[in-house]
Amino acid sequence: MSVDFAVDRQAWRHLADAQVNVELDTGDMILNLGPQHPATHGTLRLVVRLDGERVVSADPVIGYMHRGYEKLTEFRTYPQVTTLINRIDWLSSFANEVPFMHGAELLMGIEAPPRAQYIRTILTELSRIATFMLFLGEMGLQVGALTPPFYGFRDREHVLNLIEAATGGRFHPNFNRIGGLKDDLPWGWVNECRNTMKVVFDACNILEELVAENEIFGARTRSIGIIPPEVGTGYGVSGSNLRASGVDWDLRRDGKPYLVYPELDFKVWTHPDGDSYARYWVRLQETREAARMVVQMLDRIPTGPIMAKVPRIIKVPEGEVWVETENPLGQMAYYVISKGATGPFRVKIRSASFSNVSILPWLLRGVYVPDVITILGSLYFILGDIDR
Amino acid sequence: MADDLEREPAADAAQEDAVAEEVSVEQQLAETDEPAAAEQARADADEADAPPTEEQAAGESRPLDETEQELLARLERELGDGIVESADAFGMLVVRVKPDAWRRAAEVSKRELECDYLSFIAGIDWQPAPREGEEAGGDTSSPVQPTEMTFGVAGSVGRLQVFAHVESTKRRWGVTLKTDVDERDPRAESWVTTYPGADWHERECWEMFGVAFDGHPSLRHLYLPSEFEGHPLRKDYPLLARVVKPWPGLVDVEPMPGEEQPADAAASAEADKGDGADADKEESS
Repeated sequence: MSVDFAVDRQAWRHLADAQVNVELDTGDMILNLGPQHPATHGTLRLVVRLDGERVVSADPVIGYMHRGYEKLTEFRTYPQVTTLINRIDWLSSFANEVPFMHGAELLMGIEAPPRAQYIRTILTELSRIATFMLFLGEMGLQVGALTPPFYGFRDREHVLNLIEAATGGRFHPNFNRIGGLKDDLPWGWVNECRNTMKVVFDACNILEELVAENEIFGARTRSIGIIPPEVGTGYGVSGSNLRASGVDWDLRRDGKPYLVYPELDFKVWTHPDGDSYARYWVRLQETREAARMVVQMLDRIPTGPIMAKVPRIIKVPEGEVWVETENPLGQMAYYVISKGATGPFRVKIRSASFSNVSILPWLLRGVYVPDVITILGSLYFILGDIDR
Repeated sequence: MADDLEREPAADAAQEDAVAEEVSVEQQLAETDEPAAAEQARADADEADAPPTEEQAAGESRPLDETEQELLARLERELGDGIVESADAFGMLVVRVKPDAWRRAAEVSKRELECDYLSFIAGIDWQPAPREGEEAGGDTSSPVQPTEMTFGVAGSVGRLQVFAHVESTKRRWGVTLKTDVDERDPRAESWVTTYPGADWHERECWEMFGVAFDGHPSLRHLYLPSEFEGHPLRKDYPLLARVVKPWPGLVDVEPMPGEEQPADAAASAEADKGDGADADKEESS
């Protein structure tokens, strides 16, 4: 049986050429990191173009968790907004509430009583400790050490228990009210807090020995992912990431006075190197500093009311206010525009991680693939804080 | 929250209305057909309770302090008549510049003001959101905003504005810059050449407000999928979740097991107590 093949000789030759071309093509490889990668703490997707082991370009794709909080705030009353902004940076929710409440209080001309201010500051610093404690452990995981995260999680739990005891929520306290706080501290909390701070100091020592002094950790993070100070500020990188590049700028000390920070004695830690190791080291010192600040405040906490006198229905007078605070992840700020109604007219939420991550295309150019993970880990972002 | 606060003796009218005022704010707002007089009375009662607020009277008209004056002087020296208006907002300088001076304002901020740190770039839509008709999407639960268009600190020409905040990590000061954007052809100058971080902020502003940035390398969607249409943060864009299912507010509270469906959502506390007692009787019998 014969089949009549009408073979176009030219076409075959063409196909053969194509085969050769495919084999010779050594173009860049595109690697999709995420959106479900353990190193991304959520759903960040990185489209990385590779030449061998080196990154040619990296393009973060965000928005998988975009919840449109800026739009939602326009449909809520001021007290209701607290619930939303709790979920921006979910590891330090309490710290997110403070600037918004402070902004609304400024517009209304109310000031929270001193005791409320102290409790707010203590809880803000406790969220900082809880956030950094997780980082200090987890950073070990980014370089392949499985043990440190367990220490980090274990000791963070003590701090979360304190936050839960005071506010009723481990992650979403929703504890701030315009003009003060929902409740006073429970009985015995201050002593418990003092004891827990000893645990925090111990945990910092353990993690320093376990991670920061580890030779492999040093080899994997030193002079990796260097952010020069002028580049960092241009991209709006803030917080510990910027201080690790040697920029001596901390809104608790340098910004407009808020909470009780002007009364406290604390040191702002910086590191000149700007690499992944520096970012780890600065956060380690800041955890200790935060614990020291909490102890200071526990000694000084005044008695008195925890709520200022506020109207039953909160109407915020017309005006604009910009309130920025030093949150664990960096500069957290709200630009609140009020038109005299019960809800805000527009709220611009300036979250730290958004700007911290926007430097990635610049920072990842030319690094090796394994270092991408350590750099991502050392920048320490929360997806909710990027996507809002 | 504030129910346990001591009541002023002056607010006798409020005492009588106390039960009605237990109803949450949201529900009150849902009652759009409420007589204006009652609304006024309630507002008066609130003000009787409220502490005297200086900010209400003073607002944004406070004079500039020394730092702000110096910042403004430096800006004026370089920009000249590019500056339209300036004002203070709770200790922060707000400067409105002409659209064609927007990029120069960034360069001057970085060079003369030593503001090396870009905090954000975003947009504002000053038009009030429609509350009635098709555009509102049937949502009446959100707080009632004024219906006439008013502009905030340092004013505006039209509906759309772009604003940005820059800070100095050395001098520890900051300034907010605003510029007007034409509504029919919304575009502004890009800041990417001065502040590399402007890239993402401008992409966000472009997709959320539809403001194009001249000189931006690649204006593509940042948060939303690439086929998304519309500009969600504009005021005439409805909150789609509530178009699909209107927000029930407090009206749609399911009754507890054994409790009868309340006839009226605004049932008084006494009626609730009665229901509870009935339920107890039923359980015990």
